Amino acid sequence: MGQVKTQVKGRVMGLNGNEAVAWAVKQCNVDLVAAYPITPQTIIVEKFSEFVANGEVHTEFVPVESEHSAMSACVGAAATGARAFTATAANGLALMWEILYIAASLRLPIVMAVTNRALSAPINIHCDHSDTMGARDSGWIQLYVEDPQEAYDTTIQAFKIAEHPDVLLPVMVNLDGFFLSHTLQDVHILPDEVVKEFVGTRKPIEVYVPYLGKKVPLKLDPEYPLTFGPLDLYDYYFEHKMHQIEAMKNAKRVIKEVNEEYAKISGRKYGNGLVVPYGLEDAEVAIVVLGSTGGTVRYVAKKLRKEGYKVGVLRIRAFRPFPVEDVVELLRRVKVVGVMDRSVSFGARGGPVFLEVRSAFYDEKEKPIIVNYIYGLGGRDAPPSLIESIYKELLRIAETGKVEQLIKYVGVRE
Amino acid sequence: MSELKGWRELPIGAIPFKLSTEFKTGDWRTFKPVIKQDKCVKCLLCWIYCPDMSIVWDGEKVTVNYDYCKGCGICAHECPVKAIEMVKEG
Repeated sequence: MGQVKTQVKGRVMGLNGNEAVAWAVKQCNVDLVAAYPITPQTIIVEKFSEFVANGEVHTEFVPVESEHSAMSACVGAAATGARAFTATAANGLALMWEILYIAASLRLPIVMAVTNRALSAPINIHCDHSDTMGARDSGWIQLYVEDPQEAYDTTIQAFKIAEHPDVLLPVMVNLDGFFLSHTLQDVHILPDEVVKEFVGTRKPIEVYVPYLGKKVPLKLDPEYPLTFGPLDLYDYYFEHKMHQIEAMKNAKRVIKEVNEEYAKISGRKYGNGLVVPYGLEDAEVAIVVLGSTGGTVRYVAKKLRKEGYKVGVLRIRAFRPFPVEDVVELLRRVKVVGVMDRSVSFGARGGPVFLEVRSAFYDEKEKPIIVNYIYGLGGRDAPPSLIESIYKELLRIAETGKVEQLIKYVGVRE
Repeated sequence: MSELKGWRELPIGAIPFKLSTEFKTGDWRTFKPVIKQDKCVKCLLCWIYCPDMSIVWDGEKVTVNYDYCKGCGICAHECPVKAIEMVKEG
């Protein structure tokens, strides 16, 4: 996290990651929250429902009967021009699947916190990224946070990114289950009015509708009836996907801009918004990582650098859109890169993050050796000792130039 | 194909650029409802039940808009006086 000077006086509260998200949503003037409880996300909507019960927010709170309905309610609300939020995890996200794609392709700027949890079976309530990695092609922007403070900051940023006229895509704010969701941290909370001014009121963009012969706001309104997402066959479906592809490209720029703008009001910024590098100026080996493990990796990297090892970290904050340019630019001179994946793509040649990073380098002349470490499934801890052993192995590969095992499963018993 | 629009010309959000009324769906029909005006009691149950708003009530008599009627036969099924007959399209 970078520090930027700011005049804004906020306050510090002891909050866990889930509560931090709830506080952010409270301050963002959200019109509708529809959600269904699921561990380890429950605290977010539980806390938020307290704000509703106390009359501290104007939000319409809809306690739905399933996650499928939660996302459907958000779609309906967002289509009328309202600001909508929901939160879920693992199996809840899986139940939303159908509507995830609909939210993205109808260009509805919904914000959803996902408290990352392993998918069944066997039932497991702890952290891995199998839930959101499965949804990586749903058309949602995916931001992975490192700590409760970033969960708070990113949730506020998410509304601004999602509602930007060049983006208009839903945003997933991903925080690691229990590691972040249930871990208390000093969280700096901005004054309500500062957040309110930062996110503003949602303003639907205007679109030209030929049969109405004029521009109208892109929202459901009886004054000028629009139909969202009716039948589209081989003649137009492809064209509509192009809109989403373009929006994702724009999202890279907007995520960076919002990161900068947010730094001005909060004093906090996260790399360039897409990636958070550490020690890469002179690193011989580096670890690429997402989420809370980023903190552990940086801790170990600092320790190793003090001992004289040239190691670095690249924490990927935005997995969708994937920051190809930054990844290539920051890692091209590194000798060996270890990509850590907290999920499995069964049958694929490595985890999802590994596939992206390796593919990013295919056309590059100057590129590192890239290996994959699958770790932490079902909440299996990734302690500093594990990270250190990965760094030591990467240093060995840098020295010998030999990779014995391209994809390694670390922290699992043989 | 030449009249199809490119993606940059289309409004975003998967909203249509033309009205659904431009698509005449009546040619999907196999059977068409024919209303026997002498039997019709103007109860308008057919108007209520038609899923495609193809029953037209002008204040005096009931007719069918064959541009959009797909011939599902719900009107004939619901008609309490059997005033609607489904006739095979020839």
